[in-house]
Amino acid sequence: MNQPLEGLREVAAARAVAPQLHGHAAGGPQSPIRKFLVERGNSHLADRAFFWLMAICAGSIFAIVGFIFYQLITRSQLSIHKFGVKFFFQTGWDPVNEHFGAWPFVYGTLVSSFLGLLIAVPLALGVAVFLTEMCPRRLRQPLSFLTELLAAIPSVVYGLWAIFVLVPILRNDLDPALQKYLGWTGLFSGPIFGVGMLAAGIILAIMILPIISSLTRDVMMSVPQSQREAVLALGATRWEMIRTGVLRNARIGIVGSVILGLGRALGETMAVTMVIGNRPEISRSLLAPGYSMASVLANEFSEASDDMYLSALIEIGLALFLVTIIVNALARLLVWAVTRGAPARVSA
Amino acid sequence: MSGRRTASRAMRMNSHFRAAANHLATGAAIASTVIVIAPLLAIFGYLLYKGASSLNWAFFTQPPKPIGETGGGMANAIAGSGLILAIASSIGIPVGISAGIYLAEFSRGRMIGHAVRFTADVLNGVPSIVMGISVYALIVLKQKHFSAWSGGVALGIMMVPTVTRTTEEMLLMVPNVVREAALGLGISRWRSVLSVSLRTALPGVITGCMLAFARVAGETAPLLFTAFGNEFWNMNPAQPTAALPLQIFNYAISPYDDWHRLAWAGALVLITLILISVSLVRYVANRGVLKGAS
Repeated sequence: MNQPLEGLREVAAARAVAPQLHGHAAGGPQSPIRKFLVERGNSHLADRAFFWLMAICAGSIFAIVGFIFYQLITRSQLSIHKFGVKFFFQTGWDPVNEHFGAWPFVYGTLVSSFLGLLIAVPLALGVAVFLTEMCPRRLRQPLSFLTELLAAIPSVVYGLWAIFVLVPILRNDLDPALQKYLGWTGLFSGPIFGVGMLAAGIILAIMILPIISSLTRDVMMSVPQSQREAVLALGATRWEMIRTGVLRNARIGIVGSVILGLGRALGETMAVTMVIGNRPEISRSLLAPGYSMASVLANEFSEASDDMYLSALIEIGLALFLVTIIVNALARLLVWAVTRGAPARVSA
Repeated sequence: MSGRRTASRAMRMNSHFRAAANHLATGAAIASTVIVIAPLLAIFGYLLYKGASSLNWAFFTQPPKPIGETGGGMANAIAGSGLILAIASSIGIPVGISAGIYLAEFSRGRMIGHAVRFTADVLNGVPSIVMGISVYALIVLKQKHFSAWSGGVALGIMMVPTVTRTTEEMLLMVPNVVREAALGLGISRWRSVLSVSLRTALPGVITGCMLAFARVAGETAPLLFTAFGNEFWNMNPAQPTAALPLQIFNYAISPYDDWHRLAWAGALVLITLILISVSLVRYVANRGVLKGAS
């Protein structure tokens, strides 16, 4: 009855396949796959099946997050029940006597991350301002490519470089100088090892710089050009234009990108493990060795023999997971609010 | 009269001050750019200097020698990395591309699409060592031994969000006219997605996969207690397996000069691999793969 229509459909299907099968000498007109496609491929069932296959794969992203959370929760039950919340606020790490307190690790993670942010944020802002507002057009592409290359270097290579280049520089030159001129603050006292909080902070700063600067750049570029022109037309200098026209409008997004950098710094493992000194102590001096949550996992996880030890380590992992999830979610929301929303609001 | 003069002087002072602030800010921005580029050049320069001098043929063909003997290479680690990455890619790439197709083709304007996108972005920020722990709890604790399988699963999970987001972005660049033309010919939705949309966006999708691949190729933390590392030649995915970043880490913290040398060479190989893929991605993204299609 509807022979001609069927024929047309077949031709259409064959045309759609054509680019794919062109190169295949073996896949002639009578290949079984092609025959199957022509006969059954257009059915409603195939469409539904394809849709659900894709939807399941998309849903697997929720499943992955749920699975990580479930594994971490169930495996750390032992330690959660025994120590409760004070696990994170007590000191003393003694696997033999089953006494665990994670405060030195929490402290090390927080101090090294904030030190990293302290160094990275002003530099990243400077780079973003330079690249979006001041840089000659010819230099813009290569320079932004170079800063993004920093993000592509694996953390173990940063660690390697830090051990053999950064730490000797710190030990021989920078640390003694800091001690001599800023020793009165108490932040730079005690014996000098080279490895320690300061080394971890510097390497973290280098690692999170490209994230913060490239996101800040995105946010700043989403500020409409008319804003800049309006401020310049009022007689502002370039810096005043950047300050009032660009930075003020982009500030929410900039805060978001800084928080995103913080998230990366909190979870950074290998480079920090290689330079922080790995000693579970709390010291006021930034030159003293410390320990971080991620690096205690890296160092001790595979040698944790009994259940309690393992469970305590997994609880640290759980805390790391929850904190980074919250920090990242917050940061994404802030960045989205600026880059996806309406053009930046004019507000004083 | 005098009031006007002081006012104009104040204005002049003010404009001097403003110009100075402007110059100061410009100088600070330039200086910070230089400070940021400097460590990058330092790392690359040192890597080339140290790595190239210790890179030789044996590095690619021989497994490590016992402590005390000079020579040897990282052949087992390179092969092991290849094995683990093959497992990771066969998990991460199909799942990631499918999820990207769902986001770009089937979830336009729906809440669920935003939720998936958001979760993928958040998952991207979860520390890699946490991935390692959960895969350890799932696979290694059950099997009671380390294996390349578990390492591959951990890295595969890490590839999913990156592949998903790049696939989605590339598919969104395909003009709607192309989709309409395909559907207008009467072919089914799934064929139009696979043979027309995905095909048009294919170069971009492939580079996205390479980016994800390059990112996990340098990951060490999730392999520490999944693949674990191995001093010997191993190609059985059920056994502990060596990987290039793991080997670099172990050699870097060892006290032997010969091992440090090998670590630098390994880092150079790793960086070269990653740089090639990243530059390729950049090149394709800048050139606009899809220009010919529209």
